[in-house]
Amino acid sequence: MSVGAPKIPVVVAEVVAVNDLIKRFRFVRRDGGAMPVFSGGAHVVVEMDDHGTRRMNPYSLMSHPADSAGFEISVRRDEAGRGGSLYMHNHVRVGMEMVLSQPVNLFPLDARAKKHLLIAGGIGITPFVAQMAQLQAMGGRFELHYSVRSPALGAYVDRLRDHYGPRVHVYHDEFGEKIDLATLLKSQPLGTHVYVCGPKGMIAWVHATARAMGWPDRAVHSEEFLAPPVGQAFEVQLAASGKSITVQPNQSLLEAIEAAGIEAPYLCRGGACGQCETDVLRCDGIIEHNDHWLTDDQKASNTKIMPCVSRFRGAALILDR
Amino acid sequence: MTKTEFEPAIPSRPSYGVLSPGIGSAHLFVADGEGADAVCDLLSAADGLKAASHIIYVPGANGCDKSTALQALGVAQFHRSPSFAAALPRLTKVLADAHMGLQIYTAGTEGLMAQVAAAAQAAGLPYEAVQMEHRGSLARRVQCVHCKGVTENVTLDPFQCSHCGLSLFVRDHFSRRLAAFQGVCIDAEDPGQIPASVERFK
Ligand code: FES
Repeated sequence: MSVGAPKIPVVVAEVVAVNDLIKRFRFVRRDGGAMPVFSGGAHVVVEMDDHGTRRMNPYSLMSHPADSAGFEISVRRDEAGRGGSLYMHNHVRVGMEMVLSQPVNLFPLDARAKKHLLIAGGIGITPFVAQMAQLQAMGGRFELHYSVRSPALGAYVDRLRDHYGPRVHVYHDEFGEKIDLATLLKSQPLGTHVYVCGPKGMIAWVHATARAMGWPDRAVHSEEFLAPPVGQAFEVQLAASGKSITVQPNQSLLEAIEAAGIEAPYLCRGGACGQCETDVLRCDGIIEHNDHWLTDDQKASNTKIMPCVSRFRGAALILDR
Repeated sequence: MTKTEFEPAIPSRPSYGVLSPGIGSAHLFVADGEGADAVCDLLSAADGLKAASHIIYVPGANGCDKSTALQALGVAQFHRSPSFAAALPRLTKVLADAHMGLQIYTAGTEGLMAQVAAAAQAAGLPYEAVQMEHRGSLARRVQCVHCKGVTENVTLDPFQCSHCGLSLFVRDHFSRRLAAFQGVCIDAEDPGQIPASVERFK
């Protein structure tokens, strides 16, 4: 991250193929020191040097928050993505030196909740692995509902069942098993908070169902990292630094700003945290707002942009950067 | 918008809206004094909620008692308590037995509404989950920051702490946790220099 704290130089200590699609990576500090403490739900940004292209992808930490010897993440292979996950899968080996950001938590447990209802879809299980370890240690009340494609692709199911027994509920798409969300939400004791991490559709489904059943918005938590979408190349003028840059089709605006040697703030690089918010000085065209941060009104006014995920089409875009 | 006119105040001071029917499986109303009118307004316009509604009512410190009107609404449960303190065990039990989907509404004086919100928060709900509508008296519930004693229905500023006897200036600084405004000693620097009390909160 670029807000002051030093990055963490690490070495890859372990690479484990969890199933056909998911690999787990363990990182330890190069100087043998302790990792910073984190809370369940936190992520780190992993920096990759993909044969000259710098990639920086956020991944949720899934190791035990009390394990200060190393950090673990799980990466799902995304054939259609921009290449970060493929790089992790195909090129990262034990012993390789890499760089991580400090952990940042945009998806924390709400400690005021009486009970935590965790809903995961696929690789969305990772933040919950750390959160459940934390809840177990605190004596917190929780329940996991985990939807996977098939038994073969149900990452960590056995391990979670061993640890947490009947608090873990698994649903297999392949067998037509589906979370009965309405019944589940209806039967929760007052003071329950629900957390969802998974595909876009699942997140929207949980938010919409909870709202329709009278759950307060603040008791519904979700995390979705957006991969920066690809698009057409576009030009941007950066007024404060007096530079004009071109954003390539498979590059994000934030990456293009960084490639021009300009320091720009960020934390999540996925449209969720708000850190990269930048003022728009002039916009002759259409900003493709892809973030979860700006309000609809802010988006419509075209006075702000989130360079980590948003793009532009049109004649001229001038930013205060 | 709120039906009561409030003087401009610091941003942290609570503000209130108008109760509107929420979507949910059950509806809990807690009101005091003239707050009964807000409950009647809502429920007369939302007949469908009555069968799943529970009203807890405390007559106002000013003598305002609208129990009859509330009872006439025909809700599933109506309970009248002589004071909020007497109603609290019931409220706590209702919250402990409830499920997500319960809608909570409170109307009346600021002190009552804040105590309902605090009880809901203690039950794990977010602060924003409680709808509030101010009605009736603006008398304040004030904590003395020196002895921590709480005085109810404060109308004068400065006023004498009912616990330790200091003369307190009533601030707009409000504690959600304590459900009370903060009162600070007005003559700490110049003992004995106490301005005349004025009736600031009616
Ligand atoms: S870096 Fe988090 S929203 Fe852009």
